[in-house]
Amino acid sequence: MTITRAGALPDDTYDVAVVGAGVVGCAIARELARYRLRVALVEAADDVGTGTSKANTAILHTGFDATPGTLEARLVREGQPLLARYAAEVGIPVDPIGALVVAWDDEQVAALDGVRRRAEDNGYRDTRMVPLDELRRREPNLGPTALGALDVPGEGIVCTWTTTLAFATQAVENGADLHLGAQVVGVHAVDPHRLVTTRGPLSARYLINAAGLYSDVVDDLVGRTGLTITPRRGQLIVFDKFARPLINHILLPVPSAHTKGVLVAPTVYGNVLLGPTAEDLDDKTDTASSRTGLNYLRDKGKVILPRLLDEEVTAVYAGLRAHPGRGDYRIEVDAARRYALVGGIRSTGLTSAMAVARHVVGELADAGLDPGRFRPLRELHMPNIGEVCARPYQQDDLIAADPEYGTIVCHCERVTRGEIRDALGSPIPPVRVDGLRRRTRALAGRCQGFYCGATVRALLDGSMP
Amino acid sequence: MIRRTVDVVVVGGGPAGLAAAARLARAGIDVEVLDRESQLGGIPRHCAHLGFGVRDLHRVLTGPAYARHQVDAAGRAGARLRPGVTVTGWAGERTLTTTSPDGLEQLTARAVVLATGARERPRSARLVPGGRPDGVYTTGQLQQAVHLYSQAAGTRAVIVGAEHVSYSAATTLHHAGVRVVAMVTDQPRHQSYAAFDLGARLRYRFPLLTNTAGLEIVGRDRVEGIRIGTRLLQCDTVVFTGDWIPDHELARHGGIALDPGTRGPAVDTALRVDRPGLFAAGNLLHPVETADVAALDGRFVADSVLRHLADDTPSTPRPAIRVEPPLLWIAPNLVGPRRPPRDRFLLRTQESLSRPTLMVRQAGRLLDRQHVRRTVQANRPVHLGAGWLDRVDPAAGAITIALG
Repeated sequence: MTITRAGALPDDTYDVAVVGAGVVGCAIARELARYRLRVALVEAADDVGTGTSKANTAILHTGFDATPGTLEARLVREGQPLLARYAAEVGIPVDPIGALVVAWDDEQVAALDGVRRRAEDNGYRDTRMVPLDELRRREPNLGPTALGALDVPGEGIVCTWTTTLAFATQAVENGADLHLGAQVVGVHAVDPHRLVTTRGPLSARYLINAAGLYSDVVDDLVGRTGLTITPRRGQLIVFDKFARPLINHILLPVPSAHTKGVLVAPTVYGNVLLGPTAEDLDDKTDTASSRTGLNYLRDKGKVILPRLLDEEVTAVYAGLRAHPGRGDYRIEVDAARRYALVGGIRSTGLTSAMAVARHVVGELADAGLDPGRFRPLRELHMPNIGEVCARPYQQDDLIAADPEYGTIVCHCERVTRGEIRDALGSPIPPVRVDGLRRRTRALAGRCQGFYCGATVRALLDGSMP
Repeated sequence: MIRRTVDVVVVGGGPAGLAAAARLARAGIDVEVLDRESQLGGIPRHCAHLGFGVRDLHRVLTGPAYARHQVDAAGRAGARLRPGVTVTGWAGERTLTTTSPDGLEQLTARAVVLATGARERPRSARLVPGGRPDGVYTTGQLQQAVHLYSQAAGTRAVIVGAEHVSYSAATTLHHAGVRVVAMVTDQPRHQSYAAFDLGARLRYRFPLLTNTAGLEIVGRDRVEGIRIGTRLLQCDTVVFTGDWIPDHELARHGGIALDPGTRGPAVDTALRVDRPGLFAAGNLLHPVETADVAALDGRFVADSVLRHLADDTPSTPRPAIRVEPPLLWIAPNLVGPRRPPRDRFLLRTQESLSRPTLMVRQAGRLLDRQHVRRTVQANRPVHLGAGWLDRVDPAAGAITIALG
């Protein structure tokens, strides 16, 4: 197990280099780690999962509304049970809470049947029309203009942060090398590939491009043309935990030709999300929220769940999803170049990641990659940061064995000193407050650091008096 | 899980909670103060400036000295002081569940005093858009970073807000070697003492920008500036000050009714909430007054608790007290069996009022008319004397306070 953050990269030749340590790249690295391969996971940022993977709606999709027949539809359908099983195995918070696709006008009511048929075309047969009285009973706080809904009981919510981190951790614990702070700036597509990175060269026989928003840039570097990834910004508002009792399901809009629309969903941490917007940008770094965007979301929220706006806002964030030119994933294996493009993986990528990984490794094997003998992965258990299972501060036996789990540092999210210590000593430790937040939820609560911000920073810096 | 019983539990070891505990302990009551922080004393612990203790101790102390004084006083009186204990919820009418390094506990009391204080609304809750870089603070976080941990806080700061606490932020920034680029407020003027404003701005030489709207944070990893309309102020630190919200989490989890104005628990003039044996005090009720006012609440509520312990009679109807715009809130906000702390009600206004007249009415009947002989600003206290309480008819419904 090797993680490097600075200095030259190893000069021997890897079997496979995966570019991009988002949820897809980490899942691929983990899949490759099952074989006797030398794997490098190369990431430009100083942590895993800092792009699209950290700022999305964290829905575990059934794929009911995907475009039938697409690769995306298939991989989401296959990926959902894979991730659900994996989550149970390693301790990723998941809540199979179910979704209601709510219609707000006659046109949308009429469209619900089309949504149901599309779900069936996608092999999802558990949908059911929900009449208005039942809808009111199941969601009593819904806005008065709701007319009906389609029940999609298989939809759920998941912790996106733990998912990415679990894939990465299992990859490195099973032999993959993680190189952080290494942005790929050039590729000599020969045999082996010679990658030029901001930390120097790296050689690998096979190259997998999982660079998310930048997969078009890396694709160009390899000498291919024709891929354009547009950053599509999604702003989201996270409401206080006191809003959580207002809803019992994920509340989805009826998808239209233009957009998937704005949803209201609980999070596994016990908050309520409102969003996202969908704004196509030019700048792949523009994760700022805007007044227009926030006002738009609040107007939508007022219609869907009027009481939501009475609660305090805990956080506002914006993520950029990688939008490909056409409506499907761009997964292409170029056998001659020993290269795989895994691009255009939109917001569904969290759900599909494990299926994407399996698919890509299979395609590469067909294209000549000899993976060698299969070996079982070392088991992994992730710290629980969700509210679905007991947290450390609630466990008497744990505190008796280690009183640090009884020392609450972040009061809003009830994060203990023991959990922060564990995160700092974990296989892939955070280097920033933001990374510590994604691993423990410290500073993710309603006070945003008023009480514990300085203490958490001191713990991270190792400067605690 | 340990289960214990005590006479009184005070949740929150800040000015109000410690003052209540000291008085109760002196009266021979078995009282326990639970505080989730590792040190007792509350917010004054990290307010390094002078000005604490004027109204309750009749002396002038720094925040940390005031906190020490209060902790010592409560301890000497015999209160059991337990820092590092978080109250996580309720297991009964007056039973609290806690977590501490000693494990989980259920604590049942004959009376519970909530003194959980208030916090400043962070940037996100104010819906200030823009990037999410490092360098965005509330005053509370800034003071702890600078005064408790000696952390760096950038080089150039903009302070959002212009009330008392905003000037404290200026002092803390100066102490940390950070230049204040500007102080900005959405109000037409600052809302502190003229001497504070003049003193700070002469000493630290920063402009006060008023009537600002449309703030936006600029920067990706570290703050690069704050946009105000079309103007960009370059800075690497932004401090969001004031805009207080009560820490009412525990009260809400217990199903205690809140006042829609203060968003703290609704309390009567004896500081009783809507359930027998449950009380609240301090800035949880009026976000926010100075620490000494919170402490005087604490002393006051101790007497209400003693009455409850001596004689647990059911209460009579408690008419609600409501305010009309532009008044924002009043505390206490229900009529009770005692005159309120300091024999006055505390109010806030949304906008500046020049020498207002406050009209107190019940069922169309004028109970009182009080003239305020000065201009009152937003975020500053307006006081209403409590003499009219004698004229309230307990059966005649809500009382309204409006401008005359």
